[in-house]
Amino acid sequence: MTILTLNRKELEKKIGKITAELEKKITDMGTPIEEVTDSEVSVEVFPNRPDLLSMGNFARAVNQFNKRTRIAEFRINKPEKNYAVIIDKSVKAVRPHTVCTIIKGLKFNDEKIKEIVDVQEKLHNSIGRKRKKIAIGIYPLDKIKLPIRFVGRNPDNIKFKPLESTREMTGRQILRGHPAGREYGDLLKDEGIFPVFIDADNEVLSMPPIINSEKTGRISCNTKEVFIECSGHNLVYLKKCLNIIVASISEMGGKVYAMNIKDGKDGSFISPDMSTERLAFSIKNIEKTLGIDLNEKDIKNYLAQMGIGYENKKGKSIALIPAYRSDILHWIDLAEEVAIAYGYENFVPEIPDISTIAHEDPVDKTKRLIGNILAGLGLLETSSFHLTTKKNIKKMHYDFNDFIEVEESKTERNILRMDILTNLLQISSENSDAAYPQKIFEMGQVFSRDLSEDSEVGVHENERLAISLIDEKVNFTELKQILDYLFKMLNTKYSIEAVENSNYIIGRCGKIIVNDKDIGFIGEVAPRVLKNWKIKMPMVALEIETDFLNQAK
Amino acid sequence: MDEELIIESLSPMEREVLPKLNEDFSDIKDFSDKINLDKTTILRATGFLKNKKLVEQESSEKKVVILGILGINYLKKELPERTLLNKLAEKKIIPIGEIKNVCNLNDNEAKIALGTLKKKALVEIRQGKINLNAKSEEITNKMIEEIFLEKLPMDLESIIDLDKLAFENLKKRKDIIEVEEQKTIKIKLTELGKKIVGMNINKNSHAAFISKILKQNSWKGKKFRRYDLTSPAPRVYGGKRHFVNQAKDYAKSIWLEMGFKEMTGNIVETGFWVFDSLFTAQDHPVREMQDTFYLKGMMGKLPARCKKKENCVLFNVQRAHEGGIDESKGWQYKWEEEDAKRVLLRTHTTSLSVRKLQEIGKSKEFPAKYFALGKCFRNETVDWSHGFEFNQTEGIVIDENANFRQLLGYLTQFYKKMGFEKIRIRPAYFAYTEPSLEIDIFHPVHKKWVELGGAGMFRPEVTIPMFGKHIPVLAWGQGFDRIITEFFEINDLREVYKNDLNKLREMKFWRK
Repeated sequence: MTILTLNRKELEKKIGKITAELEKKITDMGTPIEEVTDSEVSVEVFPNRPDLLSMGNFARAVNQFNKRTRIAEFRINKPEKNYAVIIDKSVKAVRPHTVCTIIKGLKFNDEKIKEIVDVQEKLHNSIGRKRKKIAIGIYPLDKIKLPIRFVGRNPDNIKFKPLESTREMTGRQILRGHPAGREYGDLLKDEGIFPVFIDADNEVLSMPPIINSEKTGRISCNTKEVFIECSGHNLVYLKKCLNIIVASISEMGGKVYAMNIKDGKDGSFISPDMSTERLAFSIKNIEKTLGIDLNEKDIKNYLAQMGIGYENKKGKSIALIPAYRSDILHWIDLAEEVAIAYGYENFVPEIPDISTIAHEDPVDKTKRLIGNILAGLGLLETSSFHLTTKKNIKKMHYDFNDFIEVEESKTERNILRMDILTNLLQISSENSDAAYPQKIFEMGQVFSRDLSEDSEVGVHENERLAISLIDEKVNFTELKQILDYLFKMLNTKYSIEAVENSNYIIGRCGKIIVNDKDIGFIGEVAPRVLKNWKIKMPMVALEIETDFLNQAK
Repeated sequence: MDEELIIESLSPMEREVLPKLNEDFSDIKDFSDKINLDKTTILRATGFLKNKKLVEQESSEKKVVILGILGINYLKKELPERTLLNKLAEKKIIPIGEIKNVCNLNDNEAKIALGTLKKKALVEIRQGKINLNAKSEEITNKMIEEIFLEKLPMDLESIIDLDKLAFENLKKRKDIIEVEEQKTIKIKLTELGKKIVGMNINKNSHAAFISKILKQNSWKGKKFRRYDLTSPAPRVYGGKRHFVNQAKDYAKSIWLEMGFKEMTGNIVETGFWVFDSLFTAQDHPVREMQDTFYLKGMMGKLPARCKKKENCVLFNVQRAHEGGIDESKGWQYKWEEEDAKRVLLRTHTTSLSVRKLQEIGKSKEFPAKYFALGKCFRNETVDWSHGFEFNQTEGIVIDENANFRQLLGYLTQFYKKMGFEKIRIRPAYFAYTEPSLEIDIFHPVHKKWVELGGAGMFRPEVTIPMFGKHIPVLAWGQGFDRIITEFFEINDLREVYKNDLNKLREMKFWRK
């Protein structure tokens, strides 16, 4: 979840006083208000709208939504002499693409610098996927000599003083010794060649996606002109990202200059390209999707509220998508834009009259039946997690080792349960203060490895029922009575055959057989197991598979 | 109440106690001794009699001085100052350092014994030695402290003169005496009580109803003792379904009543059915390990590649991601099979929905409506509003004419029946739906909007690989546990699967 926090005073200068009404509008726009304080406004920005992650862009969107601003147009000045970035083929294997721009006429103060750094960080963490997909660099133009080259170099031959450092470091030293290197080093550490931007004086500007140079890569309040680059693997997203930055800085009053990106064999292109994208769509499809009537004028107005232009070309509807929007993949996305402008609360809910026949899952039906039979006998149903711990399973199944484990669980539970009885034992051990007798049962899935050829995921899930009775005086007969009653009510025959199972007292344990198939165990639980769980009373328990009930029918 | 009716309702125990209350006694303990009945029985009987307004109970509290642990001991033997005094009477002089040995006292007792005797001027200290300075009757007479201890227990208020002095002296010493608050219950007959005692209360009525009474027809002409119907009964607890399952059954019935069919399926899934088929980009943060439970060292199988590419789910899902389904731009990256093969615990029941779409893509049986209610798993740290395991209520409607308003129709209907007249619907983003929405309910205790989860219409990038063309599908999947906790007065999701048997026994039944 990305939260955008803006200075309230600055924001109010742009969008007007924050009232309850405006707060609601902002939420309706698709950026729910998180918090409003005297000094700050925080909104949630969904991952499909990285273009909203700055003061300028957010304020523009709010004003468009409130019909205070028209669709944005961006003026890009032609490249001046030497406004070029040459992509050397040596960098293609490690970080093949970059798009760049130069912006002039900026008036920075500490607040503005903070804003830019904040936008950069927010884009890194969202659309940039923590710099894996996109890394952004911003440099004071007066400290560098154009043109710039993007090259790949042996990390030990890269030498510069990174930001926040007092000494020159090599590429590898930065990865090991610099905070940014340690945080993002994984993105480069397996590469033999590291990417660097260097200027015409062979001065290193930065080593993306890690760090800028202290000498050429720090903007200050005196900076009036900047060079901006986005580097990464996916040219489409790099362009979108740069467009978002350009749109954002334009709102600060900067003049945007294009650069020539010379990419060897892949050709040259001019960056940035802020022209709108054209997407043909049919108003009918939008009407049908949303279930409302719309005419061309409505569509045009609603799209304008979302910052999207509209054009009718020879009877065909064309949406003009601003260059900073990365989320419009298909005409279906326009339907949502129209819906948001129309207002979600203005849609009248409707239940269509299509006739369908209901059907309940038979396994669920059986579970409810068993639940009702056992509740009728005074048993209490419990409900436990499917995830448990090795330690808990080992308390009963001490020789079991075939654990199905999840990776990096944030809680101590990291093993899929292999039985339900372990859950019941845990419940009994945690409830020694509740009145006895404690008669409980639980139904649900247990997990085991499935090594068969046609298994899709290699795990078998089956439905089980477990019952436990625990009291000062409790015995096998009492549970057998319950089992008898249950099977009688389910109109199923079963038999018990004495077996030895170390989890139960010898001579007081049997396997339960239905249709010549073993479906589980019943018995008085072994003192060793109860001791492991610190349970202080005798317990009789059973656990059976219940799948046979559904096959029988 | 008519006196006769009162008499008929007296239990044998009350009949026994009531007349005796006319006698003279000071408090309940005294009474218990006098009539030779235990205190509990008397209190129960008088409790019932009080309900009938036949007796009045007065309880008062008073402070009583009693012997402390040391006091009991000293009373049995003697006070340390007595020991010292007697030894001095025998030896006349004892060096201060020798008190302990000679008198067999501990440090503290020796100090106190000497201090007390000095204060009473019975001894003098000269050059580190204690000299006796008492007349013989002063030795033989009891000290006031000794007299006082023998009198205990005493009411604090009644202590006067020398006893008062002894009390003050002993109070400063540890554990010899204690002041205890004692509660005394006095029972007195009311005017009505006195009147009834004067009447014949030994009615010949049946106390218990037993089969013999029927057999012998002895009920004729003879009354049964009346019960006090308002007196509390001991608790019992019945067996019952877990409260979440009760609510799940109800929620299921809502969908069934609206003509939905139930979907079930596996918890363990491949990334393909949880993410890829739902157009969730492979580098989407939700797929990272900190959000999803992946099974260690396990890779699953993908749907088979087919001869005719156009009909192949796997091929079309890949194409949706890379760009090229319908007019969609897709995510414009290289889709990797290996990522889709990773085995995980489903993060939403939407995996069931998309599998159902694939089935319907083959059977072509629609319009169709399906629902599911099942567990989902997220690798989350746990707090009042987040759990790592939770139920989701899932649904899909597949119909050529399905639209956004109908989606709102089904959802508002469901939440209304679940007891939420007011829900908030706002724009949202999910990779696989467009338009998308989020439903919030207002949490009455935490005073905050709580997100239930999302809904929307499946994107063409989801439907086309399954159907071959875009057919509108309404889809939703919201947290279920969150919407039932309010009814059960649970303010913390951690309570839901805690299985506290005391709480489960007390928990009311789901009723909406």
